[in-house]
Amino acid sequence: MISLTVNGTEHSVDVSSDMRLLWVLRDILGLTGTKFGCGMSLCGACTVHLDGEPVRSCVMPVSIAAGKKITTIEGLSTDGSHPLQQAWVAHQVPQCGYCQTGMIMSAVALLKKKPQPTDTDINEAVTNICRCGTYTRIRAAIHTAAEKSGSNNGMKG
Amino acid sequence: MPMQQMSRRSFLLRSAAVGGGLLLEVTLPKSSVAETEQASAQAETSPEVTAWVLIRPDDTIIIRVARVEMGQGNFTGLPMLVAEELACDWSKVQAEYASTSEHLRRNRIFQTMLTGGSRSIRDSQEYLRTAGAAARLMLTTAAAQRWGVPVAECVAENSLITHTPTQRQLSFGAVAAEAATLDIPENPPLKDPAAWTLLGQPAARFDIPDKVTGKTAFAIDTRLPGMAYASIAQCPVFGGSLKSVDAEKIADMRGVVKVVPLEDAVVVVAKESWWNAQQAIRALPIEWDFGEHAHVSSDSILEFLREGIQLEKAPVSRHEGDIDSAFASAATMIEADYYAPYLEHATMEPQNCTALYTDKRVDVWAPAQNSEATAAVTAETADVPVSRVEVHKVHLGGGFGRRGLHIEFVRQAVRIAKTMPGTPVQLIWSREEDIQHGRYRPVALVRMRAALNAAGEPTAWTVRQAEQSIFSEVRPHLIRDGVDIVGVRTFADAPYTFPNMHMEYAMRNTHVPPGPWRAVAHTHNPFFRESFIDELAHAAGQDPYQFRRTLLQTPQASKDLAILDAVAEAAGWDSPLPEGVHRGIAVQDSYGSYTAAVIEASVNGTGELTLHRVVVGIDCGYVANPDSVRAQLEGSVVYGLTAALYGEITIKEGRVEQSNFHDYRMMRIAEMPTVEVLLKPTGGFWGGVGEPGMAPLAPALCNAIFAATGKRIRSLPLKNHDLRPA
Repeated sequence: MISLTVNGTEHSVDVSSDMRLLWVLRDILGLTGTKFGCGMSLCGACTVHLDGEPVRSCVMPVSIAAGKKITTIEGLSTDGSHPLQQAWVAHQVPQCGYCQTGMIMSAVALLKKKPQPTDTDINEAVTNICRCGTYTRIRAAIHTAAEKSGSNNGMKG
Repeated sequence: MPMQQMSRRSFLLRSAAVGGGLLLEVTLPKSSVAETEQASAQAETSPEVTAWVLIRPDDTIIIRVARVEMGQGNFTGLPMLVAEELACDWSKVQAEYASTSEHLRRNRIFQTMLTGGSRSIRDSQEYLRTAGAAARLMLTTAAAQRWGVPVAECVAENSLITHTPTQRQLSFGAVAAEAATLDIPENPPLKDPAAWTLLGQPAARFDIPDKVTGKTAFAIDTRLPGMAYASIAQCPVFGGSLKSVDAEKIADMRGVVKVVPLEDAVVVVAKESWWNAQQAIRALPIEWDFGEHAHVSSDSILEFLREGIQLEKAPVSRHEGDIDSAFASAATMIEADYYAPYLEHATMEPQNCTALYTDKRVDVWAPAQNSEATAAVTAETADVPVSRVEVHKVHLGGGFGRRGLHIEFVRQAVRIAKTMPGTPVQLIWSREEDIQHGRYRPVALVRMRAALNAAGEPTAWTVRQAEQSIFSEVRPHLIRDGVDIVGVRTFADAPYTFPNMHMEYAMRNTHVPPGPWRAVAHTHNPFFRESFIDELAHAAGQDPYQFRRTLLQTPQASKDLAILDAVAEAAGWDSPLPEGVHRGIAVQDSYGSYTAAVIEASVNGTGELTLHRVVVGIDCGYVANPDSVRAQLEGSVVYGLTAALYGEITIKEGRVEQSNFHDYRMMRIAEMPTVEVLLKPTGGFWGGVGEPGMAPLAPALCNAIFAATGKRIRSLPLKNHDLRPA
């Protein structure tokens, strides 16, 4: 049995230790917001947070995630109220939407580290693939969320 | 009520399903089936006012969507068409997929469930607006009848019907049940487009809120009690077959339930997780019979295309004037060969299908662009009447043409499910299976020749296409006298006025399965044509924009000219650029719309290409949701430029060499230029939107590269070229 803390809830899962975290989340725990895109850590559709750090769960053995704090899109907010989710809606970012949960998880991790990211910061942190081509709106939404949080906490004059 | 009358009827159903030209004829039973009872129950609480509109007593309006949302925004745009004429409160509108089984039971009442060809809005707009207008008339009539006043004294607006003389009001929800019993008026008058209040205004998409929380359940997210997971390995060489597998080798692996051999593939079914199935199939010893195509390579295919170029004669797709004399009197002759490779769609949601077979019915959840065809394929594969099939409609994680005509993953899943009645089975293709077993944008080699007279005016143009046909097998009626009439678009219908033109099409079908890839012929053909037109402009010593203008002076070309002008102006075609930055331009009509693009790019001393700015414009006539049109154009820039920069599927030993995103590269955010979208709807027609934006991008980029380097790019992708200035 492997103990996992996912979105604040503890789970005990009976799976092989090399099973990738993505499949534990999707198939064992039923958290399907995290997506399978490539299985090789190339596209980022499977991005989740491990102790706040963005990781590609499709290549991460579940044993490595044991004992760490795992956050998935479902743990970001239950109602879409996270500032990035709101910015995503405001900019009407998603098209097919399949990659977007991974995109948002990458963006959330970026804003935690760099609350006011430059375009270069975004380029380096959000390396996920979107086939519909929503990149321009993703960039705009990240800036909007950053500006809002900046003006909310008075960090930006 | 109309629906109940319908359900009592027996009717002959002719299902011209896609996927192997399958044709089903089914007589449905007179008695109602479970879904009809369900539908009737829904109709009681939410009366159906025309097949498209359900209205609840609390004034919630449900508008049915027959086509499928795969990112293009039709789940919102299609309801807008109905709502505009319905005169309802848009804030109380919800979209809901129309049921495929109901569609079939009610004699195709939702017209078509096919999503492709940039057709959702333009092909539905008339019947959807008509339905909205009919529903408004029925609701107004119901209110008038209740008041005992003439209908002419009543108006509907914002989900309220007002009796004008007395100012009495009733809401849609209050009269919906009565309205539902009325006959549906056949030709209700439609609004003048100038009076639209909803259409043409940006509307927030219905599907987006759930897409940012992860709540949207794509087909791959289907979760059913007791579900098993399946992973597939298909013969690496197209046309090959399965020889044998050593199932014993994996029998003890975790979760393995069984191995299902198919003719050209093998499937492992496992419990607990797809991970188990995938681990097992990777360990499964498989022997293939690679068949007769194991020697084919990209080189041999290119040679086969060259033979098509060299054939003395080929079927003619266009002929005007007298080519021979024009060439004989030419002052300048230009000749060039252009090439474009195979491309795979790489939808972010890999191919998958969940199927549940029981002795009563077959249920499927699939990311398919045509649920009616999905039902037909399911029925045929399961060998049950289509009346026993339920296709659960879901949003698609991308489509791009991959899953319209070709839904072999449905066939596979249903075959597996039939071997395990009562157990739902979810088949997922790995990304490698997806890349290596696609339906590829065909390879094409094109030779063009043109003549200029002493004044630099173009006098003649010939085209010989050597191309694989997408439709020769799946849509033979699109082949006329040897010409794939879709494959020749861009050339045979070019708006340019050359006094003499001769065009030929040499069909060169290979063993690599072709399919419609976003924009179909309007991906490679515009690259060929618009690059070659650029070559002519330079040979004539003229500005590429002005040169095109002179060739677009007929009334038939007026919309091409107008969008070209609009984009050139927005881009500031004649304005100075920073040192080293250069522009390219292209124009193309496709799918009933008109697009043009100007791209600014630079190439540094080491040959590194930088995209600075893309200006792309469209005239699609009328616009339903302008923000969705913008998004489609923005997306086309990425899809189109990804192909131009990196896109290439190559063949070695009969199989695809690429396997995942490391060797089939995609553009990412860091490579994005500034994108400016220009909407120039001129009204009067409905053009497509999902694909037309693709057309001018590759040529505009390659023309910019020529301007920057003097190097004419005649084959894609650009990654294969040394762009260092000569």
